[in-house]
This record gives sequence, structure tokens and C-alpha cells, in this order.
Amino acid sequence: MHNLIRFILKHHFILLFVIIQTFSLTLMFQHNNFHKSVAVNAVRSVKGAVNKRIFNFKEYMKLREINEKLIYENSKLRNQLMNSFFQVKADTVIEFDSVYKKQYRYISAKIADNSTNKQHNFITIDKGKIHGVETEMGVVSTDGIVGIVTGVSDHFSTVMPILNINLRISAKIEESGFFGSLFWNGRDPGKASLIDIPHHAELNEGDNIVTSGYSAIFPEGIRIGTITGYEIEGGNFYNATVELSTDFQNLSHVYVIVNYLREEQSELENINLND
Amino acid sequence: MIEVLPRNIMRFITLVIFQVFILNNIQFLGYINPYIYVLFILLLPFETPKWFLLVAAFTLGIAIDLFSHTPGLHSSATVFMAFLRPFVLSHFAPRDGYEPGTFPRIHYYGFSWFFKYASILIVSHHLILFFMEVFHFHNPFFTLWRALLSSGFSILLVVLSQYFIYRR
Repeated sequence: MHNLIRFILKHHFILLFVIIQTFSLTLMFQHNNFHKSVAVNAVRSVKGAVNKRIFNFKEYMKLREINEKLIYENSKLRNQLMNSFFQVKADTVIEFDSVYKKQYRYISAKIADNSTNKQHNFITIDKGKIHGVETEMGVVSTDGIVGIVTGVSDHFSTVMPILNINLRISAKIEESGFFGSLFWNGRDPGKASLIDIPHHAELNEGDNIVTSGYSAIFPEGIRIGTITGYEIEGGNFYNATVELSTDFQNLSHVYVIVNYLREEQSELENINLND
Repeated sequence: MIEVLPRNIMRFITLVIFQVFILNNIQFLGYINPYIYVLFILLLPFETPKWFLLVAAFTLGIAIDLFSHTPGLHSSATVFMAFLRPFVLSHFAPRDGYEPGTFPRIHYYGFSWFFKYASILIVSHHLILFFMEVFHFHNPFFTLWRALLSSGFSILLVVLSQYFIYRR
């Protein structure tokens, strides 16, 4: 109490100034309609702005949840896509009264680890054996192809992305249908090479490169990238540079493709090989 | 010394009447409105207690406000100016302080001292007053210009008053 009085006495000038000034301002806002309305509006707009910020922040904090929901929904939708099904073309047999049977299933997964700066890059994803992932399954992202599953544990899988000089993928030019083999040359993480396109094929810059669907790994028509340049190599084949549509340095969610007919296809191909 | 109080009361009344009935009705060039009533605060004796300074300033401001239907506007500007006065005074104090029995006037401390003292206080008063009056920053330079022009005229009138009315 003593200290308080001493404090008040010591600072009586400033305190009195604040009191009188507050009183004057109150008078001003109470009796001048213009100032009053300005003050009320200012308070209201500040409040509105703050509320908006808070709302935006809350929404931002929920983005992870929303993302996850969207990814779940996406994989659900992809499961219903036409190219996930194969057609049963048998005029005499009608199975379950349906024309289409499902061939591909998509499992959504999150990137757990990723590298792009080595020659043999690998990606780890957070889905494994118990989720139904097996080796030799294709992995795609929203933007296009990612790679192939090479190792599986219970909860995780390793993926060999295109950005690994050991991976070769069968690819075709969407416009003309000519196919070749796509691999990474180990330098620019945004570019890959497409070789073995025959000399007589029509090739243009800006052509879309998609998966060929010849292997049992990827369905046909998944985006790989676009041609940005090409040259004729050895006289008979084109060597094209492809800008990859997947941004490997900024990858967060991918889908693992389960092909229901894979075993059947590879079994058949193996028989042919053995002959 | 005994006559200081009645003289100040007389000055208070004269300045308020002069301001309200004459100066407030004059608008040079459309928007220049000098506010000379602050002269009352400027001329209060050095020994005035600080709290009394604030109370006097509020009374003066509210008196002007009552006549010009702007409650709070002039009083807040005047109180702010009175709040600044002790700091300005101590900043411009001569080496051995203000002599007892003297007043803050040209007659005692010279033109240059009074001019600095008066203009700082008047400009701060006018800035507060004009910005409070428009109460927005849509066109701050126009408001600033108005405040500074009016301050110029107020300073001119205050300085002239030192030569013609409060000579001693």
C-alpha cells in the first residue's frame, strides 16, 4: 500500500495525464457521432480481421486431415476408374451380369523417406505387406509415374523410382503409339531419356509420354512426361529427352497399383520364355 | 506574485472568448484556422504544479469544446500539449535554470527561446487536434499540411501577442 502510494505520487503527472486524456477521448467518442461510428467500425473490422485469421489458421491446421480424406477418396475413385477394369468380351458367357471386371486396385501411401541426389535413389513408403503391397508393383503419384516396389516389409516398402539408373520402364508416345524404353541418365532429377523409338516414328517436342501397359506393372496410359528434345542415335533410333511430370523433389503421397492379373500374365510370359 | 492568479483567470476568459467568437469564425484561405487559446498554457508560470497544468489544460480545452460543439476534441489536444510542456521547458532550460519571478515570455528569455518553445508545443497541439478531427489516414498529407499551416498562423499570432499585448 505504501509502495503503491509512493508509485502514484512519483508518477502522478503521467497517471493524471492518462486519466484526463482517457476522459477527453471518451467524451469525444460519446458525443461526436462521426468519431463514434469510425471507432465502432474500426473495432468491428479489426475483430473481423482477427476472426478471419483465426479461422484461416484453424483451417490450415486441419489441412493434414483434409488431405488424408482426399487421398482416401481419390484412391476410392481410382478404384472405380475405367482403366482399373478389364473387359470380359465373351458373347456367350455373362459373368455376374457385368461387362467389366476389376483389374487394378490403388493403395494410397505416404512417402516416409526420399532421395533424389544419388545415382541409385530409393523411396520408402509407409505401406507394406499387411496393406497388400508386394514387390514388382507399380507406384504412381497424382502427376504421373513414380517407380516400382522392390522391397516389402510388414509396414513399409521400398520403391525404386525412375530416378534410379537401374530402372527401365516401357513407355510409349501417346499421340503416335510408338514405344520405347525409358530410363534416367543419372543427372537432372527432372529429366529422363527415352530410347529405342524407331527412326520412322513421328516425334515432336511436347509429345506426351505415357506407360505402354506392356508390362504387368503399370496400367496403360499413366503419364510419364513430355518430350523436350530429341536426336537420332546410331542412325536407326531416336534418343529423346523427357521432362518427367512427377516432381520427385516434392513428393508426399503416392499410390501403389495392385494388378489382379499380374500373375496370370507373367506366368504366361514365362512359359513362352522357357520354350 | 499575488496578482498572478487573477491575471491568469482574466487571460483564460479573454482567450476563450477571442478564440470562440472571433478566430473560430475566421477561416483564412478556406481551411486555415489558428488556435491561439493555447497561449494560456504557454504563459503559465514556471512554478505551476504539473497536475494543475493538466487540470487547467483540460478546463481550457473543454471550454473551447463547449462552444464549438466538439466535446473532447480540443481538451484532448490541449491536455496532450500541457503534458509535453514540462519536458520542453526542461529541455530548453538555461544552464542555471529559470530565474524565480520570471515568466516564459520573449521579454525574459528572448525571441529565439520563446519561438522554439512555442512552436514545438503549438505544432504538437495542432497535429493532435487536426488528426483527431478528421480521424482517418486516408489523406494524411493534406491533414498534415492543414495542421502545419494553421500552426504557422497560430505561432505568428502568439509571437505577435508577445510584442503587442503581453509586452511586460
